[in-house]
Amino acid sequence: MSPLSDLLRLDIASARKGLADKQFTARELTEAYLAAADDARALNGFITETPDQALADADAADARLLAGNATAMTGMPIAQKDLFCTEGIRTTAASKILGDFTPPYESTVSGKLKADGAVLLGKANLDEFAMGSANITSAFGPVTNPWTPEGAAAPLTPGGSSGGSAALVAAGAAIAATGTDTGGSIRQPAALCGVVGLKPTYGRCSRWGVVAFASSLDQPGPITRSVRDAAIMLGSMAGHDPKDSTSASAAPVDFEAALAGGVKSMRVGVPREYRADGMPAEIDALWQEGIEMAKAAGAEIVDVSLPMTKMALPAYYIVALAEASSNLARYDGVRYCAREDGNDLTEMYSNTRGTGFGEEVRRRILIGTYVLSAGYYDAYYKQAQKVRTLIANDFNAAFNDVDVLLTPTTPSAAFAAGDVDDPVAMYMNDIFTVPASMAGLPGMSVPAGLSAEGLPLGLQIIGKPFDEASVLQMGQAIEDAAGFDKTPRLLAGAKS
Amino acid sequence: MSTIEGQDGAWEMVIGLETHAQVASKAKLFSSASAAFGGAPNDHVAFLDAGMPGMLPVINQRCVEAAVLSGFGMNSTINLKSIFDRKNYFYPDLPLGYQISQFSDPIVSGGWLDIELEGGETKRIGVTRLHLEQDAGKSIHDQDPYRTLVDLNRAGVGLMEIVSEPDIGSAEEAAAYVTKLRAILRYLGVCDGNMEEGSLRCDVNLSMRRPGDELGTRCEIKNVNSIRFIREAIEFEARRQVEVLEDGGAIVQETRLFDPDRGETRSMRSKEESHDYRYFPDPDLPPLVLEQSYVDELRAGMPELPDAKKTRFVTELGLTSYDADVLTADRDNALYFEAAADGRDAKTVANWVTGEVFGRLNKNDVSINTAPVPAAELGALVDMIKSGKISGRQAKEAFEAMWAEGKPAQTVVDELGLSQISDDSAIEALVDQVMQANMDKVEEYRGGKPKLIGFFVGQVMKASKGQANPASVNAMLKAKLDG
Repeated sequence: MSPLSDLLRLDIASARKGLADKQFTARELTEAYLAAADDARALNGFITETPDQALADADAADARLLAGNATAMTGMPIAQKDLFCTEGIRTTAASKILGDFTPPYESTVSGKLKADGAVLLGKANLDEFAMGSANITSAFGPVTNPWTPEGAAAPLTPGGSSGGSAALVAAGAAIAATGTDTGGSIRQPAALCGVVGLKPTYGRCSRWGVVAFASSLDQPGPITRSVRDAAIMLGSMAGHDPKDSTSASAAPVDFEAALAGGVKSMRVGVPREYRADGMPAEIDALWQEGIEMAKAAGAEIVDVSLPMTKMALPAYYIVALAEASSNLARYDGVRYCAREDGNDLTEMYSNTRGTGFGEEVRRRILIGTYVLSAGYYDAYYKQAQKVRTLIANDFNAAFNDVDVLLTPTTPSAAFAAGDVDDPVAMYMNDIFTVPASMAGLPGMSVPAGLSAEGLPLGLQIIGKPFDEASVLQMGQAIEDAAGFDKTPRLLAGAKS
Repeated sequence: MSTIEGQDGAWEMVIGLETHAQVASKAKLFSSASAAFGGAPNDHVAFLDAGMPGMLPVINQRCVEAAVLSGFGMNSTINLKSIFDRKNYFYPDLPLGYQISQFSDPIVSGGWLDIELEGGETKRIGVTRLHLEQDAGKSIHDQDPYRTLVDLNRAGVGLMEIVSEPDIGSAEEAAAYVTKLRAILRYLGVCDGNMEEGSLRCDVNLSMRRPGDELGTRCEIKNVNSIRFIREAIEFEARRQVEVLEDGGAIVQETRLFDPDRGETRSMRSKEESHDYRYFPDPDLPPLVLEQSYVDELRAGMPELPDAKKTRFVTELGLTSYDADVLTADRDNALYFEAAADGRDAKTVANWVTGEVFGRLNKNDVSINTAPVPAAELGALVDMIKSGKISGRQAKEAFEAMWAEGKPAQTVVDELGLSQISDDSAIEALVDQVMQANMDKVEEYRGGKPKLIGFFVGQVMKASKGQANPASVNAMLKAKLDG
């Protein structure tokens, strides 16, 4: 058996080989992760740890490996974002309002991973109801970015909302994790933590059993240590689900096999509108490096225009919050959740929701309610939907000419919680990720370099609907060219 | 448009009805839980119906089919693309915090149905739209002194909301409209029409105006659940509004409740208190898109509807318009009649059904489907009259026994020893016997008192113990007396 820390550095593809070659067992791999649980705890990456479940899953995985019916995910110790309902295991959405809610059902996506033999280490921390870009709105406390430098005045945030997932994967505390992305919640934390995050095409992965934020935008996806891992894990998560009416009936794809396709003569669009005012020089420089990497790999670079880009963020915050205000109405204290009594019904609602929801969630519910109200609907919600159509048209036009688009993932590297105190400034974090969300397109963040402070930066590849294959191919090319092999300071198992 | 008299002149009623018809379906509109009436509280509840996190709606194809069929039944346009919207409001029996309904783009638009008025007149009532929506659960306030209990069995059950144009001008017309609509839905098998169980209920929108004036301010009376209550609610509300208006007051636009015990309507909430429902398209459900071929297929499989059936009964079966109306008002009644009349004289069967059968159904308050005399047995009885085996009077006696005992026609006729003498030689013998015993009367008849034929018929029938065929007796007597 290898030293624990070595096991913790493997990605899925290498661990799969180690298990197949009997270099170690699934139980040994899982035990290595469980032994590093203190390090994960220091990051506050998990809301709920499930060590007993993990060991049982690992033993079942070993039995499968022995029987010869293992899949690529069999024996892989993963974290599930605590937005996926897990049967018999508390699911919080990082909110107080759900109390000790323990679902009597398993979400389709977590169920698929389970059925493929993945090992559940626990439920990863996140922004409350996936609403946030720094994982600071969680009722279970903020998550620390493992890249936080020695002696920093305040810990850096991992981004959000899938901050726990990204931090755990980056720190070696989970081999991979699920995330959900509404406006950038997979890609942005992946970029800020130096890992790969893939938001599939809307409809590629089922939303059934995932606590909803904004139904027309939410999409589950993998957060992994390599592009290959993202392809492997997406293969397990994806597929049509008759229980989700918005789930696509697209034919299954072998995403890992598609990686071999390469990027020779692939046409890569560089949208000029993403060169936002005040874009930090190092982000721009990283983008140029990415363009050179793509060129060197044989791709053709094409200048494209997406004129509606700057309308995307405001329109997104109208559509997403409108849907959220309605989606979160069910948390009323009547049937489940933590109820706060009152003298009458209205007071009970008000007490329950007023104390159960955190400040950011309350803010978003209020904005969402406002934009749907009589007299404001046309000016806000309807207008935003029109903008959304125009954004999709922009992308369609660009994709007539190119296969993928290449942009930065975020406008900056990781920041400390106190650095951004204005909610609107916080929303700006999603400026590069939101347009693809509005159009339902697949997008992936791949770590491509370091900032001046030595913090990871990511590049985003956006693809045509249901063309995750091209996104993965270009991601692989960037990953190969960037040779990003830096590890964060706070690494699980480093002391062992 | 009929009018009602106020203290100083006539007033016209303007009524529009919103009817909620529960789709006859095993499952709910968006979940697989049972949509059956009753059950222990909260027994028919899927995770979606309880508003559990992450649960998603999936449209029940049966409900879509019901909406399309109903649209055809009301001569409407079927919209190949329709949209489900969320109607947002908080209430404990609304677990999601919104009702999934159709607001701007319903599945069915336009249409009409003809109602029959007193005196055989018909009037065409416009239909604005039909859309699909979820029912809410039930809040129970009277089972616990301190708490309200919630039963979610109905939550999410599929309803069709059918909105009429404000073409209805009286309580009678409203009753006729609901009766006709109910009949059409029952013919189509899309709603059981059971108003007591709430499968069909109406919101009544009513305003008053002077003939020729602009529309007045309306009030909406919610959830009236019987045709009698609809009449009573309209009559009360019309008088109330006229009183307010004639006193120089103004009608406040509001939602009212009908109290059947007091026979009055009461204010529930005014427009100012009304909700802002924040309708928007449900992002969990893509637009509902129907293939033209699917819609065509449904149309091709439509059963015959009351109007068409009525016309056919008159033109092909030779029934009176009145009988045809009575027989087609309810699908099951019509099917009973058709089964009994199959291969028989329709008018005779119609008389039996509208007279003997319906009379007893009303008297015993039973439905045609549980009638003790099935259609086939009524037919068998009619056949026995036709063949002369029993007389009409005997048939009524037999029918009485069949209804009481639930036995087949043949059994009852045998048990009662009913049979009619149609054999000419047997009748001739009786006729001869009676003539010989009454030679004096024979002389009188032949001397110019033809009215005595009645006497002879009576005597022969008496001699036959009522079993002789009266027509044969009459003919035989005439031949012998006149010969």
